[in-house]
Amino acid sequence: MILIVAEHSNGKLSKSTAEMVTAARESGREGPITILVLGAGIEAVANEASKLAEQVLVGDVASLAQYDATVWAAAVTQIAREGEAHTILIGGSRSGREYSPRVAVKLDAPLLEDVISLKSAGSALQAQRYTFLARVTETVEADAPVIVVTVKPGIFTPAQPEMNGEQYDVELELPQPRVAVTGKSVEKTSRVPLAEADVVVTGGRGVGSPENFATLVEGLADSIGGGVGATRAVVDAGWRPYSEQVGQTGKTVQPKAYIALGVSGAVQHLSGMGKSKFIVAINKDAEAPIFKVADYGIVGDVNEIVPALIEQARNK
Amino acid sequence: MKILTLIRQVPDAEARVRVQGSAVDLEGATLVMDGMDEYGVEQALRLKEAGAGTEVIALAVGPKRNEDALRTALAMGADRAIHVETNVALDAIALSKLVAQIASQEDASLILAGGQQADWDSQALGAATAERLGWPQLTWTNGLEVQGDKLVGRHDVDEGNESFEVSLPAVVTTQQGLNDPRYPTLPNIMKAKKKELRKDTLEQYGVQPLARVVGAEIQARARLGKVIDGKDAQAAAAQLLELLRSEAKVLA
Repeated sequence: MILIVAEHSNGKLSKSTAEMVTAARESGREGPITILVLGAGIEAVANEASKLAEQVLVGDVASLAQYDATVWAAAVTQIAREGEAHTILIGGSRSGREYSPRVAVKLDAPLLEDVISLKSAGSALQAQRYTFLARVTETVEADAPVIVVTVKPGIFTPAQPEMNGEQYDVELELPQPRVAVTGKSVEKTSRVPLAEADVVVTGGRGVGSPENFATLVEGLADSIGGGVGATRAVVDAGWRPYSEQVGQTGKTVQPKAYIALGVSGAVQHLSGMGKSKFIVAINKDAEAPIFKVADYGIVGDVNEIVPALIEQARNK
Repeated sequence: MKILTLIRQVPDAEARVRVQGSAVDLEGATLVMDGMDEYGVEQALRLKEAGAGTEVIALAVGPKRNEDALRTALAMGADRAIHVETNVALDAIALSKLVAQIASQEDASLILAGGQQADWDSQALGAATAERLGWPQLTWTNGLEVQGDKLVGRHDVDEGNESFEVSLPAVVTTQQGLNDPRYPTLPNIMKAKKKELRKDTLEQYGVQPLARVVGAEIQARARLGKVIDGKDAQAAAAQLLELLRSEAKVLA
């Protein structure tokens, strides 16, 4: 069986779960697709998941309300063993990429990490992934009775919710969490989630100040219905929350259009947005590296061009 | 408390990456200690200086050239280094088996590893090593202190960040913001030459790759690279909006 571990937040199934279903189908691996939903109070999520697969396993346990890598790894490993899963798909979120190596070690399985394609090659499983700060696409291969895969979000087309899968409750033997969480800061945004937005407007230090960021970057994003992104420098300066950061240590985005305002374009930033379909850069520094990857570059002052963009977009 | 800090040698961020045949060719590229690993070395040194550590050991697994990265760690202040010299490319899960063995032999209580290095773009080594040792792990850490037998710090998670407390031993992966790594001074570079750099072979650890790279290509998307004149803001804005409608097709 192919086991997919559902990703969800705030009582909703994440798009990445439907993306993993597509990856599982494209993998050419045999057997039914089963989705495992872990958490507390996850009835609605399990119902959503049952539209995507023949079978949904539900581990609804109060102690799973707080994510812990060791607990998650134990739960997934137990279900993979009981169901004799040969392929385990886990989302390439921060948490997914954190507990998946533990699952691989427990099952003595290879791990194909953060994959963007998946196919069978004889008895082996072959995947593509980005390396060298997303400058290279590597093809990796593993051949083993059990293989663990993490799937990069935002790459595979989400499967349509058209199934009517059966739900089964599972009993889990869980270890005690190892890490005590003593404080939490959850960053919320009322806009489209960055990873799901068709258009992302990102601001760098070149926008000048937190106030300018709000006026220009948020203003443009709102006028064209986009998500808001920020560079590492802007987040480090405390202008914007970490949840908006795009790049090696932030989120990876691949929107239809990426509009970079006052962004210089360090390699670490490019690795998070370089695969966007259409890149626009507005920067007064004509030498900024961002122009090398841009489809359209405007060398000019963001303080003049962006207000004009906002005004014209609103008047349309 | 002994601290093990893991080092990878990667191309400099500005270096050109080439592909030869089906593999990335680093011949002629400027290679440096990975930036994320530098935060690990720095943090290990700071913990030792604060009295929480007794010895800082740097470990690298890879070709001969990795000696340079280890010498950098020694020059920053690491006490000694271990180099497992091999040309075999190990995936993170296989490599964790080796790292766990060395951590046990050395009786290390804390392992620091880069969050995601600029060569293999992997985040798996820290967590896989922690699992092999039966230790907890904290990933994407940007604040870290030792208080008695506990680690206290802050790290990034899916939807924001968390403060944590965990008992030692543990594995911690680093990221930008954890600290500001020091530069090796000339006297320390000289001193580093006399520090122990032990050479091991891969065979000593009985580790085989579990996954292998069978192809590599540079897939730079061809960009249009067109320039819009920004002198007239209104005209530039109109032209860009039109392109977003007609070419990118993201606006109605």
